[in-house]
Amino acid sequence: MDTILKTNNLTLSFNGKKILDNLSLNFREGEIHAVVGPNGAGKSTFASIVMGLEGYRKFEGDIIFKDISIKKLGVYERAKLGITMGWQEPARFEGLKIRQFMQASTKDKKEDSIVKALSILGIDYREYSERAIDKSLSGGERKKFELASIVAMQPELVILDEPDSGIDVASLDNIFSAIKHLHSNGATVILITHSLEVLKNAQYAYLLCSGTLLDEGKVSKIRKYFEGKCLSCAHKNIPLFSELEKNI
Amino acid sequence: MLKEEILYEAADLKNIIHDPNVARLVINKDKIISSNIIEGIEINTESIKDGVRIRLIVKEGKIIIKPVHLCFGVTAENAVQNIEINTEIKKGASISLLAHCVFPTAKDVLHKMNAKILLREKAKYSYFEKHIHSPGGGVRVIPKTKVILEKEAKFKTEFELVKGRVGLIDMDIESKCGPDSVMEMMARISGTDDDRIIIRETGYLNGNNSKGVLTSRVAVRDNAKAEIFNKLIASGNYSRGHVDCKEIIKDNGQASAVPIVEVKNATAHITHEASIGSVDKKQLETLMSRGLDEDEATELIIQGLLN
Repeated sequence: MDTILKTNNLTLSFNGKKILDNLSLNFREGEIHAVVGPNGAGKSTFASIVMGLEGYRKFEGDIIFKDISIKKLGVYERAKLGITMGWQEPARFEGLKIRQFMQASTKDKKEDSIVKALSILGIDYREYSERAIDKSLSGGERKKFELASIVAMQPELVILDEPDSGIDVASLDNIFSAIKHLHSNGATVILITHSLEVLKNAQYAYLLCSGTLLDEGKVSKIRKYFEGKCLSCAHKNIPLFSELEKNI
Repeated sequence: MLKEEILYEAADLKNIIHDPNVARLVINKDKIISSNIIEGIEINTESIKDGVRIRLIVKEGKIIIKPVHLCFGVTAENAVQNIEINTEIKKGASISLLAHCVFPTAKDVLHKMNAKILLREKAKYSYFEKHIHSPGGGVRVIPKTKVILEKEAKFKTEFELVKGRVGLIDMDIESKCGPDSVMEMMARISGTDDDRIIIRETGYLNGNNSKGVLTSRVAVRDNAKAEIFNKLIASGNYSRGHVDCKEIIKDNGQASAVPIVEVKNATAHITHEASIGSVDKKQLETLMSRGLDEDEATELIIQGLLN
């Protein structure tokens, strides 16, 4: 498969501390990838850089999407190319109705598409359309609406930052259904996660620690290492490279 | 198009204008051009300089099911309109009013309103005021309202500019709440160009267990200015109140918020929140990541705030 997104030596520092250090990853078109690692590994920073969010625009290295550098493009321009993102903690919009939010996101602007996208997340449009996407919704509900808006957008590349965050066990299947739907419609999916449940949905995984790539490969291999070493790691996200090299 | 037709269309009255069960009063500048009074309501009017004085009474115990439509319009480009309304909702009565203030071609129109509203015991009164202005901003709107709520009365008012430019809106509304009464006052306005918005909302929670909420949602763009003064004074036992003011500014817009909360009784409790700032970055980036450009995303966020 062709590479859809490639990062070349991404390096980002805040206050003299390297958050990402020479990170070079390749994402194949149409696959579900996972970027895993413990808290502070740089996963969300990676997602923010790829989406071009404010505060994440000054970095070294390059981001290539379909053979074109998108380093100088803003969020809107990247979205127009087909790139989008789901936040770990979705935004709250005071007063903005779910109908308006979904219409703004939906590619063909048709109500049928909105209804279908929401149904994949187990949501009845009629019940929610006039409700505001604000603090009256739980974090989990907002997460589902955000994912539904991504489904309705029909992106080419979607980065989902901790897609299970704030989601109850009963709703996890809805989240996974949406991921599968995106994949089956040809989207490339990047799951940013430290959850083994989420990791299961991926076909290929990258393991990060302290902003560097420790390993990559099939999910079973990365999962084994992540579960065995990272989850109980005591080195506070400062990789002990000699030990890691020995274990990998 | 006839003057009354302009008002009927702008105020969305076309469907109810022939309905005998819907009370209405339509005024163009200082002339009553249409009215319908239904059982349970008394409306008396008299001419005053540049306007109309109205006395509105809802009889004791009467529940007016369908909203009463009021339309205060000026179809001329230059005019002064004075409206005085004295309203009394008798004991146990209930009414909902939908008022349209329509100045579609205004170049220099001054609309002044003085309203006094007396809500007797257990009376209920809802007032939704929607403004339709000309696109050039040649409107000055100066409404002053004083409300008295007797025991267990309920008062709710909303003010919204739905079309056109603000021009100048300088509104002043004051409520005095008796025991177990409830009042809600809300204003939602978006200003552009050199519009000026001044909102003064004051609530006195004098009665025991009285409750009040003052809410303002304002967006200012270009060189527009907004000043919001929200004041809530609680002196009744166990009175409860909240002041909530949010303002979004863009371009060279300027906004100020002065929330004053005063508690004169140890059992009372008042909270307030006020925020002024540019459009929230995360909201903006979320919408832009769905393919909206910055202006479209900002517009949608402001629409939400004003919903």
